[in-house]
Amino acid sequence: MSYMRDFTRGLWDELPPFRMVLGLCPVLAVTKSAEGGLGMGLCVIFVLTLSNIIVSALRRVIPRKVRIASFIVIIATFVVIVELVTQAYFYSIYTTLGLFIPLIVVNCIILGRAEAFASRNGVFRSTLDGLGVGLGFTLSLTVLGSIREILGNGTWFDMPLMWSSFEPFTFMVEAPGAFVCLGLMLGAMNAISGTRAS
Amino acid sequence: MEILILVITALLIKNILLLQYLGNCPFLGVSKRMDTAVGMGLAVVFVMTLATAITWLVQKYALDPLGIGYLQTLAFILVIASLVQFVEMFLRKAMPALYQALGIFLPLITTNCAVFGVAVLAIRNEYNFVESVIFAIASSAGFALALVLMAGIRERLEAADVPAPLRGTAIGLITAGLMALAFLGFLGVDNSLKALTQS
Repeated sequence: MSYMRDFTRGLWDELPPFRMVLGLCPVLAVTKSAEGGLGMGLCVIFVLTLSNIIVSALRRVIPRKVRIASFIVIIATFVVIVELVTQAYFYSIYTTLGLFIPLIVVNCIILGRAEAFASRNGVFRSTLDGLGVGLGFTLSLTVLGSIREILGNGTWFDMPLMWSSFEPFTFMVEAPGAFVCLGLMLGAMNAISGTRAS
Repeated sequence: MEILILVITALLIKNILLLQYLGNCPFLGVSKRMDTAVGMGLAVVFVMTLATAITWLVQKYALDPLGIGYLQTLAFILVIASLVQFVEMFLRKAMPALYQALGIFLPLITTNCAVFGVAVLAIRNEYNFVESVIFAIASSAGFALALVLMAGIRERLEAADVPAPLRGTAIGLITAGLMALAFLGFLGVDNSLKALTQS
């Protein structure tokens, strides 16, 4: 049962980026389209799960004083792998995400999970935690990307979706739309949990 | 004139915070009070300029000649992390007053993606050394400007009657969106400047 909790916690209670307001830069930057959001999410699942596994496996070996630096090196290694693999096999995703693939290194969610969870728990639980938080992050990004792409461009995963006279709401795919859309989604999340609690 | 265009582009037209989506965690985290916003802004100007200069040298004199450009991410993050640590120790010994003011912000900067992002962008845009340093100064000044403006707005928001679910980060994001909309107004200024120099 508690193993199940490790996995599902990332899907609602600690859903990034809404509950843990961390790692916002990629969230805002790559969600111009649903494809960008999904691609970034998958990269993060890969890096987060593997870095959680390694951090947790080495948690008794790494001295406490240099742990942050060690975590960053572990994370950076997986990010370089993602960078090279997407460049070789998924070139369209590589160009869509651009600068934000190397920037996964400084995504606070990954370092945050390494510090708060993986360095204190066993390998199996850390794997579940990485998968859960990564999946939650992917879902959030895909939903945000879908809303912005449908309203801002009239398409979803590049498929035309809206009626022919639909005037795309360009604001949504520009930077201001990213901030406003994320802010409203955060407000909606708060409203839902507010009614649930009362 | 080219330098002026570079500065205006990095400072206003492509403001890293509002239009390039870099460095948003500290933007929302420390923009609640004016004095912390000013402190964070100054710390970022200081570290970003140094970091961009050093990573540029690392790229041109270590990574490129050895043909290990794929290690850029790993090398840059190590340089930035150790630089921040070093700056912290140096300031504590040499300039206690400045350390008092900036100290608590320095560790936060390691995970500030704006520092890392600008260092990588300077290489990707193929700037030479002087251009890279100017680009870093202008970008970080743009970061500080947006941060201080935001802090000013958020201090007023404290007193405003915001609907309960939107309080805190949510209204902060919407405010940032409106600020970004205002900054979009600078679009095209660089082209007019270019036209001006040509005529």
